[in-house]
Amino acid sequence: MNEDLPLNAEDIAEIAAIIEASPYRELDLSTRRFRLRLARADGADAGMTQEWQWAGSAPEAAPAEAEHAADPDAVAAPLPGTFYHAPQPGAPPFVAVGDTVGPDTVVGIVETMKLMNPVHAGRAGTVAEMIVPNATMVAKGQPLIRLA
Amino acid sequence: MIRRLFIANRGEIALRVIRTARAMGITTVLGVSSADAASLPALMADETVLLGPGPSSQSYLAIDKVVPAMVDANCDAVHPGYGFLSENAAFARAVAEAGIRFVGPDIKTLEGMGDKLAARALALEAGLPVLPGGEAATPEAVHARAAEIGYPLLLKAVAGGGGKGMRRVDRAEDLDTVLDMAQAEAQAAFGNAAVYAERFVAKGRHVEVQLLGDGTHAIHLGTRDCSIQRRFQKLVEEAPAPAMPEEARAGIENAAVRLAQHIGYRGAGTAEFLVDATDFSFYFLELNARIQVEHPVTEAITGVDLVEQQLLVAAGKPLTLTQAMVRPFGHAIEVRINAEDPEADFRPAPGRITRAAWPAGQGIRVDTHIAAGGEVPPFYDSLLGKLIVHAPSREEAVARLKAALASIRIEGVPTTAGLHARIAADPRFAAGGVDTGFLTGLAQ
Repeated sequence: MNEDLPLNAEDIAEIAAIIEASPYRELDLSTRRFRLRLARADGADAGMTQEWQWAGSAPEAAPAEAEHAADPDAVAAPLPGTFYHAPQPGAPPFVAVGDTVGPDTVVGIVETMKLMNPVHAGRAGTVAEMIVPNATMVAKGQPLIRLA
Repeated sequence: MIRRLFIANRGEIALRVIRTARAMGITTVLGVSSADAASLPALMADETVLLGPGPSSQSYLAIDKVVPAMVDANCDAVHPGYGFLSENAAFARAVAEAGIRFVGPDIKTLEGMGDKLAARALALEAGLPVLPGGEAATPEAVHARAAEIGYPLLLKAVAGGGGKGMRRVDRAEDLDTVLDMAQAEAQAAFGNAAVYAERFVAKGRHVEVQLLGDGTHAIHLGTRDCSIQRRFQKLVEEAPAPAMPEEARAGIENAAVRLAQHIGYRGAGTAEFLVDATDFSFYFLELNARIQVEHPVTEAITGVDLVEQQLLVAAGKPLTLTQAMVRPFGHAIEVRINAEDPEADFRPAPGRITRAAWPAGQGIRVDTHIAAGGEVPPFYDSLLGKLIVHAPSREEAVARLKAALASIRIEGVPTTAGLHARIAADPRFAAGGVDTGFLTGLAQ
C-alpha cells in the first residue's frame, strides 16, 4: 500500500542530532501519510522524543465499557477479558450453583492478554447464579456470579 | 528467492519483519484479526488478509485459517514471528504441505525443541548440563516429581516459552491449585495443557546465546542477559551478559553452538541457560526456535540484521557469516514498555493510546507498533514497544537508558516505563550482573 517505510532508527537519530545542535526546539513534519514530531522532552536529564501519527490508522472504537450498577451480591470482573468457568476446556467448573464459597475461593478466571487471572469470591456465601456464560468477553466490573 | 512473504503475527514484530523484507525487495502480506485491521503493521504491509475475529484462537492461532490465507495470497514463504504459531510443528508441517517455505528450523527441530522435555534430552545427548526435574503427565506424577525435586520448584509448559504457563510452587499444599492455573495458561497460550517440573534456582541469572545455523554450520552472536523478570516475563535484556568472566561467557557460547551443531540447526535460534550468579556454573533450559523479542540488543552490538539472516537461510542460502566475522561492539540494553498497571500489581491494561512520545536520538532504537490513536486490544500480550539503547560501554548505555526513560511519554494506558526508570536508577543494576530475584529488592 506504500512504496517505502519512512525513516529508520538511524535516520531518526541523525535528525535528532541536527535539532540538538540547533537553536530549535522541535521539528514538526506532516506528509500525506504521516506526521512526525521530534522535540526536546521536558526535564533537565531528558533527551529528544519522536511522536508519530499515521493517516488511515484510525482504529475501530473499542467496545464501550458497560456501566454496571454496583451489585453487592455479585462477584465482579476484576479486569476486562474473557471469563471462564473452568481452568481448561472440558475440566469441571471451579464452582457451581449451590456451592459454598469463602472469600478466597477461586470462582473463575479472566483471561486478559494471555494471562489467567483468578477471580476470588471476595466474601463467604453460596453460589446463587452464574450470571455470565462460560468463555464470554466481560468488561471490568461486570457482575459474573451472584452469591446468596 | 522469496518473493511474497506472509507474516503470521502482529504488533511490533510484524512491523519489524515488514521493515527488513521491504529492504530486501520482498512483498509482504500480513494476516490480521479484525481487532488489528487498522493497526500500524496492517497499514505498512503491502497487502493484508483478514484471518478472523479478535481472539487469537480464531485468528492468529487458527492453522486452518492462516495456511489457506497464505496459499490464496500466493505467498512463497511465511515468517511466524515469535509466540503464536512460531514454534508449532503442526503449523510448519501444514505450511510445508502447501508448498510454502517456513522461516524457521526444520519440522523435526520444532518437534524436538517445541517439546521442552525432548529438548532436555537432546541437550543431554549434546553433553550440556540440565536442572533436576522432568516429565509429570498426571497430577499424581506431578506430586511424585515434586517430592523428588523438592520445593520451591517451577511448573513449566511442555509446549511453552515466553513464561506462559510457568508458575513457581513453594509448598506441596499449593501444588494442585497452581497446577490448574499453569495448565490453563499453557492451554490458552499453546493449545497444549501439559506441564513439567524443574528445580527452582533462587540466585540464578538468565543468560542466553543467539544462534544462527544453516543446517550444516552454526555460529553464535554472543550472549544476552535477561535476568530481570516479573512473572517469568523478561523486562530488561542486555548484550553481552555483564559482570561475567570472559571464559564463563565463552563456555556458555560454545555449549550453545555444540547443541546447534548436534541437531543441525537451521535459522535463528536462542539457547537459554540458567547461570549460577556466584560461580557461573550453567544449566541448559531450552532452545527457542524462533526470533526472540530481545533480538535487537544482539543486532545493536553485532550489526547483523537477524531477520535478514532468517530470510536468507529460509531461501536456502548457506550462512555467509563466519564466527570470526562476528565482532561485537559496545553494550546494548532493551526495556519492554508494556501496557500494565503498576498500581494493580502490573495487571495488563488494554485501551486506547492518546499520546505516544517515544525517545529519539543517538544510539536509540524504538521497535513499536503504537502511535497516537493506537488501540491495545484485550486479546493479545501487553507489549507496546521496545526501547533499545546502544553505547560503547555499559556505563554509557545505562546513562543513555536513563535519559531516554526520562523523556518517554505514553498516555492513555498505564505502562511499565516508570518501573524501568526505577530499575535504571538502582545501584545494583548500575553494577550489573543481577540475578532473577532483582525485582523483589527494588526500591518503590
